[in-house]
Amino acid sequence: MKNRPTLKISQIDGALSLKFSGEMTVYNLSKNQESIDKIDLSKLKHVDIDLYDVTFVDTAAALFVKRVEKHFITNSCQTQLLCDNNEILRTLALVEKKQEPLREHKRHSKKNIVEQLGKAVYKHYRAFLSFISFLGELFSANMRYFRSGKNIRYKEIAFEIYESGIKALGIIALTSFLIGVVVAYQSAYQLKIYGANIFIVDMLGLSILRELAPMMTAIVIAGRSGSAFTAQIGAMKITEELDAMRTMGFDPYMFLVLPRIIALMIALPILIFVADIAGVLGGMLIAYIDLKITVELFIERFSDVIAVKHFYIGIFKGPFFAFLIASIAIYRGLMVQNDTQSIGFNTTKSVVEAIFAVIICDALFSIAFTNLGI
Amino acid sequence: MMGAAIEVQNLKTVFGSKIVHESLNLTINTGEIYGLLGPSGCGKTTLLREMVMLERYHSGNINILGYDLSAIGSEEAQKLRREWGVLFQAGALFSSLTLRENIALPLVEYTDLSATMIEEIVRFKINLVGLKRSDANLYPSQISGGMKKKAALARALAMDPKLLFLDEPTSGLDPISARDFDALILELRSLLGLTIVMVSHDLQSIYDTLDRVAIIDHKKIAYEGTLDNIKSVDSKFIKTFFGKYNE
Repeated sequence: MKNRPTLKISQIDGALSLKFSGEMTVYNLSKNQESIDKIDLSKLKHVDIDLYDVTFVDTAAALFVKRVEKHFITNSCQTQLLCDNNEILRTLALVEKKQEPLREHKRHSKKNIVEQLGKAVYKHYRAFLSFISFLGELFSANMRYFRSGKNIRYKEIAFEIYESGIKALGIIALTSFLIGVVVAYQSAYQLKIYGANIFIVDMLGLSILRELAPMMTAIVIAGRSGSAFTAQIGAMKITEELDAMRTMGFDPYMFLVLPRIIALMIALPILIFVADIAGVLGGMLIAYIDLKITVELFIERFSDVIAVKHFYIGIFKGPFFAFLIASIAIYRGLMVQNDTQSIGFNTTKSVVEAIFAVIICDALFSIAFTNLGI
Repeated sequence: MMGAAIEVQNLKTVFGSKIVHESLNLTINTGEIYGLLGPSGCGKTTLLREMVMLERYHSGNINILGYDLSAIGSEEAQKLRREWGVLFQAGALFSSLTLRENIALPLVEYTDLSATMIEEIVRFKINLVGLKRSDANLYPSQISGGMKKKAALARALAMDPKLLFLDEPTSGLDPISARDFDALILELRSLLGLTIVMVSHDLQSIYDTLDRVAIIDHKKIAYEGTLDNIKSVDSKFIKTFFGKYNE
């Protein structure tokens, strides 16, 4: 093949000749680079870069030729470019004109662990502060909101209760029913050994009403409505809908934030109530099948041993969990930056942080109630 | 023309460690169509967002319709917001509402007009911006970019504002729609006596509609005035931007 690129290197005393030929393109540069790197520079005085036989040079190859030239000049050799092809000369000239000088990259010195730790802590501290400032703005919006009944947006609240409350009834009931079944099944096995069958009622009543139903409901709602809030508000931020609202004088807190928070605070206790019913039903079913405890007996025992306060405690947690889930979700939505990746990032964060916050809150309640003797 | 609608004095804007504007001054008179021009990244849209109170500035002063933005209370801010309309670059129509509901929203929220009156106003605005009546029931996702801009303009005009802010009103439109939009803006100005502030890159639109312009370059105003003698200004941006255009 005539156009096959070749490089002939010949050296006579201090004079080196690099004779390129054929088509020089981006695909065949690395080989040439290798052979040039091998040349011993110590005795060189003069280098001829011979391009007479080259038929074509693309811009990458032109850059390469310039680099080779520079390489020899910096090693104190004289160079001479031999070329009579106008097109090649033009390409070389273009490259020379438009080339950005390669700046020395600043080497990132390896950060030491103290610096990394400090930066991480500071970042989290800033994120915490910005959440606190969100809460502050939320409460100041609250003050304005409740100043007159006219401001309360009943339609939006009703819509959100339907969206995140009523529509979630099915999944909440099913999840809770299955939790009731699982807990009853596992404990039935243990209780049978001791012949303490009837205590399944105490166990189920307490654990479901007090802890499991509120927790399961909060977790399902964090995944279901929390992520929806973040994504909705995040998308509205990207499309400038929030800015449009602000310029029209519609406070997003009043139109989007508070209705969602209030709606969830109303909906969650109702959902917990439904979860209570479904969970106890699930337990009742297993108690009948596995331990032969009839429905009548179960209910009689239930009303004897389970004080109504356990039910109230479970319901009481609802609005607190709802506030945490909704405010974290909306805060995350408002944190979305102008790219779609950040919706995904913030939605994930919203769900994880909401569930975490709910568990922490539950633990605090647990300690408080125990110390109060409730 | 009477008095200034907007006055910007000694404005300074800082993002992180980057200074966007420094001692920037301009005056926009009542009733004129005023353009903010400049190379991309010079802070035109930022300036516009500062004027509509979406962005905070570092120091200096912006005065709009007699309200001083650096010391404005929330009640006054609310009052001021009803006196302007803003058209965002991509329209920013509320995606969960139809065009009719989008346009009716400020009327529903801020007035106690009857439903039929609001409907009548909405129909008029839809007609005014050149949309068809049948378009009113569509959602923003169902219409083209040009229609979105028209609908967003109708929404901005819903409360009959004195001031209209337009962020690149003709960008993303085909040339015919863009010229129609220019004609519409001129007509609206003469019909409603609006003061219009716009950011634009569209040369044709600039020459067709603007009364006066401000060129922002290197953090300051490089030129403020009419387009007639703009070519005599010594600025690289003006030379390249206006150089080839023959009136």
